[in-house]
Amino acid sequence: MSSLARLRLSRRVARIPFIRTIQTTADTTQLQDNAHETEPFWVKIHEDSFQTYNCDKPELDVKVTKNELLNMYRQMQTMRRMEMAADALYKAKMIRGFCHLAIGQEAVSVGLEHGITKNDKVITSYRCHPLAVLRGGTIQGVIGELLGRQIGMSHGKGGSMHIFTPSFFGGNGIVGAQVPLGAGIAFAQKYTEEPTCTFTLYGDGAANQGQVFEAFNMAKLWDLPCVFVCENNKYGMGTSAERSSSNTQYFTRGDKIPGLQVNGMDIIAVKQSVEYARRWTVEDKKGPLLLEFVTYRYGGHSMSDPGTTYRTREEVQRMRSTQDPIRGLQRYIEEWGLASEQELKQIDKEAKSTVDNAVEEAKASPIPDTKDLWTDIYYAGTEPPFMRGREREEVHHY
Amino acid sequence: MRNISPLSRLTTTTTRRTSQIPRTQSWLSDWRHISSSSSTRSTAAAPNTDSTASALEPPPAGGHLPSISSSALLKHTREQSLKTPGILWADAELDEARGTSSLSSATAGRETRKMNMYQAIRDALSIALSTDDSAIVFGEDVAFGGVFRCTLGLAEEYGRERVFNTPLTEQGVVGFGIGYASMGSKLGDSTLGGRGMGGTAIAEIQFADYIWPAFDQLLNEASKFRYRSGGQFNVGGLTVRCPTMAVGHGGLYHSQSPEGFFMGAGGLKVVIPRSPLQAKGLLLSAIRDPNPVVFMEPKILYRSAVEQVPTSDYTLPLGRAEILTTGSDLTVVTYGTSVYRCEQAIHLLTHPPQGSGIERTVKDALGDWRRGTGKNVSSSPSIELVDLRTILPYDLPLVLRSLSKTHRLLIVHEGPTTGGVGMQIAGDVVSGLALTTSNPQEKISIGEDMRRMRKEAFLGLEAPVKVIGGWDTPGVALQYEKFYIPDEVRILDGLLELLAY
Repeated sequence: MSSLARLRLSRRVARIPFIRTIQTTADTTQLQDNAHETEPFWVKIHEDSFQTYNCDKPELDVKVTKNELLNMYRQMQTMRRMEMAADALYKAKMIRGFCHLAIGQEAVSVGLEHGITKNDKVITSYRCHPLAVLRGGTIQGVIGELLGRQIGMSHGKGGSMHIFTPSFFGGNGIVGAQVPLGAGIAFAQKYTEEPTCTFTLYGDGAANQGQVFEAFNMAKLWDLPCVFVCENNKYGMGTSAERSSSNTQYFTRGDKIPGLQVNGMDIIAVKQSVEYARRWTVEDKKGPLLLEFVTYRYGGHSMSDPGTTYRTREEVQRMRSTQDPIRGLQRYIEEWGLASEQELKQIDKEAKSTVDNAVEEAKASPIPDTKDLWTDIYYAGTEPPFMRGREREEVHHY
Repeated sequence: MRNISPLSRLTTTTTRRTSQIPRTQSWLSDWRHISSSSSTRSTAAAPNTDSTASALEPPPAGGHLPSISSSALLKHTREQSLKTPGILWADAELDEARGTSSLSSATAGRETRKMNMYQAIRDALSIALSTDDSAIVFGEDVAFGGVFRCTLGLAEEYGRERVFNTPLTEQGVVGFGIGYASMGSKLGDSTLGGRGMGGTAIAEIQFADYIWPAFDQLLNEASKFRYRSGGQFNVGGLTVRCPTMAVGHGGLYHSQSPEGFFMGAGGLKVVIPRSPLQAKGLLLSAIRDPNPVVFMEPKILYRSAVEQVPTSDYTLPLGRAEILTTGSDLTVVTYGTSVYRCEQAIHLLTHPPQGSGIERTVKDALGDWRRGTGKNVSSSPSIELVDLRTILPYDLPLVLRSLSKTHRLLIVHEGPTTGGVGMQIAGDVVSGLALTTSNPQEKISIGEDMRRMRKEAFLGLEAPVKVIGGWDTPGVALQYEKFYIPDEVRILDGLLELLAY
């Protein structure tokens, strides 16, 4: 026991050199000039919103517009409403199976979407609902997929973890398995000389998967336009980053790949870092970059995890009340005089009714036809003569 | 030897400790030459030939059996080669599209060249690279030609940005290939007739034994990509090549046949060719097939199988087995290297070495067979040899059709027997697999046909379905490799058992 105590002590000592840590408060960006109704205006991101590894910090001065900020607010609020609706539908036993919610992480998905172009590609893990909507999907498409209905974006065959759009290569069910795929997609972009890049998202839990490092190595070796994005929500399932990772500074884990740690709760910082990463890979052709968004999920890992067995209720409550990304943006909007509390409440209401309508539409959609059990297994016309069904007597012939 | 002394010491010790093994092993390998065992039908299990072996005349120089190089199954002339069943010329497809095709153009003016299997595969890869700008070839050491020389000179010819080495990371390599293949239909549209395929990714895993780290990527990503996205995305452009099966001295990590483990991976295809001509046509099909394909190449055939291979661009159909020799009394279903061992076993059955124990055993068994089937004294059984070629999804209709004619079925492969391809086929033949259609209005004829065939095949069985495969050991141990591989004696034993049943 005494040796264990020494070990703990030494770890604590070792951590002291990190004097400045990443700032994760959601509302530290400062207004620099007068906010305008229509014209862009300047704001300044807190300098501790970024930590770098072998690269320069992004510019702290950022130009924003009222429209964009309100749009971000609307999208974040809508995404949260959608995830809450999914939560309710799951608890009502209408959604079955696996379901991973991104409540608390909205600044990452919405900020990412605001920093990239339509032609850039995104691939992520199973926590994929907001990105599926933002990348060209619909709320009824996502909820429908969760409910397993025909209206679902994968026609009810994918479920919560597998939703796709032309520029979104889906949620992927295996922890970390999407990361080498991202490297392959980026290779295709390089091969065809498309001026685009791939954002490959994974979590702090997946960061310890071997294939993540395999993908890092290939991406750097061949200088692929791939931005590896670690969404660090501090817990890989039920294990905290400190308990699972020898190095919790995920942005430094790319070896020769430079990295940038970002306050993932401040959507303005997120957007700024995504634009920086895009410039890095696409315009400056400097190869891959690692982005780490420090964020927090309010719910459990999945629906079966109450999310309170490995962390305290107080911790979750503290994060909700002091670092919530939506409240942070709300404060900007109100303090900078872009919209009143009343106007924001109106947006909240609209978000809720948008989601409610989408849920109703999804619920009304029928479940997939039996025949779809056998479609999309092989390319039409190249199937075997038949496939077995659910029982002895049921065999589908192509 | 100096440099690897620890390892070699280890090997020597192992050999010494298992001193009985070399003796029995030499007995087995001597079969080809001596074949004078006094043993009974269960020949493979009775190693007591030492007393008779020394008294025999020396064997003929080439042994009693056809070797792979002299196999009648290989196309040794241009004419045979060009008349390969099912061959589809790429330019004929073009002619058809243009309306300029003619029957005579099918073989007229076509060239063939003598190639071994690695040259034929290299030829196929070269055609794939030259006809499809999106095609890339990558894997461990492929840039300098690969350990089996299948990619020799391709990097020089097509550029190092299209043919390149990867790190030693199988999971990463296949994941990378899946990503590339999933990317955009734009690449595919121009070259692949608008099938909405992405890039053509041709990955090489250096040995099939190394495919396990990538098993997750193949099963969880590649096979499910189309299904889970409701048809929006696919990785049809992905082909994963890997050398498979035993060479006789590969040991635990260079002689495995993992195809059986893929049997449940709907959405994926698994193809194993038997010869250079087949390898080229099937590989081009696999590359162009709009589904992800694992293409396993029997590595012993890379150099030993040589045949006349057409030089132009052609494909052979996936999902279709091929009847190599027609017969009416027993169906042997096999693939890969085992095709030649089955050919040798059938040769032993029809031409047992005179005066040998095998001759007596064969005579006894055929006597039983003639009595059982009411054949006259001079008749001898004719065996139908079937090469499965595509393992997943395999050609069950052809197997059933053949079986409803022959009433006896033997399946031979190198992979482990339990949970293997053979047990799957045996199960499909005898299980209650009902072949009614889910929608009676739709394609009723196929359903009826299949139902009738299955019924005939099952009710007509004259003997239990037999599977001869590798043993259920954890792997192919170096010292036991000759025992592990189903050789011609084990196969002959199976043939006799089924005929005399």
